[in-house]
Amino acid sequence: MQLLALRAQFPALEQTLDGYPLCYLDTAATSQKPQSVLDAMADFYRYDNANVHRAAHQLSARSTAKYEAVRDKVQAFVNAQRREEIIFTHGTTEAINQVAWGLNQKLDSNSVILVDTAAHHANIVPWQQLAQRTGAKVIAIPLADDGRIDQQAYQALVAQSPSIVAINHVSNVLGTVNPVQAMVAQAKAAGALTLVDGAQAVAHKRVDMQEIDCDFYVFSGHKMYGPTGVGILYGRYQQLDTLTPLLTGGEMIEQVSFDGTSFNTLPNRLEAGTPAIAEVIGLGAAIDYIANLPQAATQKREAELVNYLQTQLQQLGGITLYAAHNDNCGAVAFNLNGEHHQDVGILLDQQGVAIRCGHHCAMPLMHSLQISGCCRASIGVYTSHEDIDRFIEALSSVKAMLID
Amino acid sequence: MSATQPDSAAFLALNLDSEAVLKRFVQADGWQTRYREIMLLGKQLPKLDESLKVASAQVKGCESTVWLYHRQIDQQHYFVADSDARIVKGLIALLLIACHGKTAEQIQAFDLNQFFETLGLAGQLSPSRTNGLLAVAQTIQSVAI
Repeated sequence: MQLLALRAQFPALEQTLDGYPLCYLDTAATSQKPQSVLDAMADFYRYDNANVHRAAHQLSARSTAKYEAVRDKVQAFVNAQRREEIIFTHGTTEAINQVAWGLNQKLDSNSVILVDTAAHHANIVPWQQLAQRTGAKVIAIPLADDGRIDQQAYQALVAQSPSIVAINHVSNVLGTVNPVQAMVAQAKAAGALTLVDGAQAVAHKRVDMQEIDCDFYVFSGHKMYGPTGVGILYGRYQQLDTLTPLLTGGEMIEQVSFDGTSFNTLPNRLEAGTPAIAEVIGLGAAIDYIANLPQAATQKREAELVNYLQTQLQQLGGITLYAAHNDNCGAVAFNLNGEHHQDVGILLDQQGVAIRCGHHCAMPLMHSLQISGCCRASIGVYTSHEDIDRFIEALSSVKAMLID
Repeated sequence: MSATQPDSAAFLALNLDSEAVLKRFVQADGWQTRYREIMLLGKQLPKLDESLKVASAQVKGCESTVWLYHRQIDQQHYFVADSDARIVKGLIALLLIACHGKTAEQIQAFDLNQFFETLGLAGQLSPSRTNGLLAVAQTIQSVAI
């Protein structure tokens, strides 16, 4: 009953598709949004709309105060030491691009960048581009047969004194959780800067920057019940302060003349142009939403749901699960044996079941698993056992149709 | 398109009974029947020889892999196509019902959207779909000139 009340807060979940009630198992692509997030954004436009940081009038003062209050919320949410360590970006992808661009001057042709084989393309391509600009070398951190990072191989790579180590917190495809704290500690001991992609972690886990102790941690609003178009770049102050800004202009300057320009201090120096103000305020409401959930009970329930998904898929038979471990988070990757993932996705869609099928922006991972793609079912705070039962029932009819 | 091509016989071999197929689609009730028909139709497209499944014959913009060969014989345009996914292969077979063995004028004048709507498959050609059917349709219309 509690879950029913919780689901009622997500208006998009209450719809039918060709007579089938929506069964939304694509939260890892983007989560649905609670009413409180929708209201916060609508209210901003209705009552407070003004540009920020130009407080010559009351509306602007109000919108600036609300915008900056979200920075404090994010700081508390990830336990950052200073509010200036929280940079608003347009998403995880921009955040990683900012870091990779910002390190242009710090790398040369002797530098090595270690990247998680299971990383999302957004955590691979910016490093490749950085390597192209500087002559540095990108090396993939291999996975073991169980789909987790091969820790022995990682240690051997860390011994090569990399400049940067970029890893997932949680894999967007497999749901596997990296031991980020230990991996960051090893990377730091070798003198590397560390970036952890937390896009798939923040909706499901509490993340603590003091515990993980990485230099950069990045995530998106829209995967944690917030709006699209806003993301967070957390960085240790000293590291952020020396990054070359990716974007210039707007509030990020201190003085501009045609003889030269000096940049503003953090956080403004990395937030060029008018930010996504309504989205930032929506993100604030999403953080409030998460903060008000019973943390331990929610995490326990989500872990049970992932395990339930794994066992139900296994019991259906004729299914290959990828890296399905007990401690996985949020997502389950699978294929129906002998069938194309796209056929499975199309036929599930006919029954109102929304999952993602494809390479999931992780082609190197697909290559490593020796598949062209797979299906991924992913859960959120609103997912019920009934959703999973409906999905399995729909998949069972898909299986009958395809193998027919 | 690649230098190696299926032989003329392969292009001419495909013979889909378009009237019977279209009738079955119009009569189909429910998505199960419709998608079963699509997949059955896909099975009627001959399997492409492995040696012809080359990158240069691939249609870009499809989530599944689609290979497409084209040949003009006299005024008619003929196609050989295959995919590693069943539904896309069936949807391509529907495209070929509309385009295979037709003249450039017929292919250019053909209203694909309306055709798929009549079949109860409206939206399959939409750019927001990842099935890649639109890319295949565009390729067919761009080579049949």
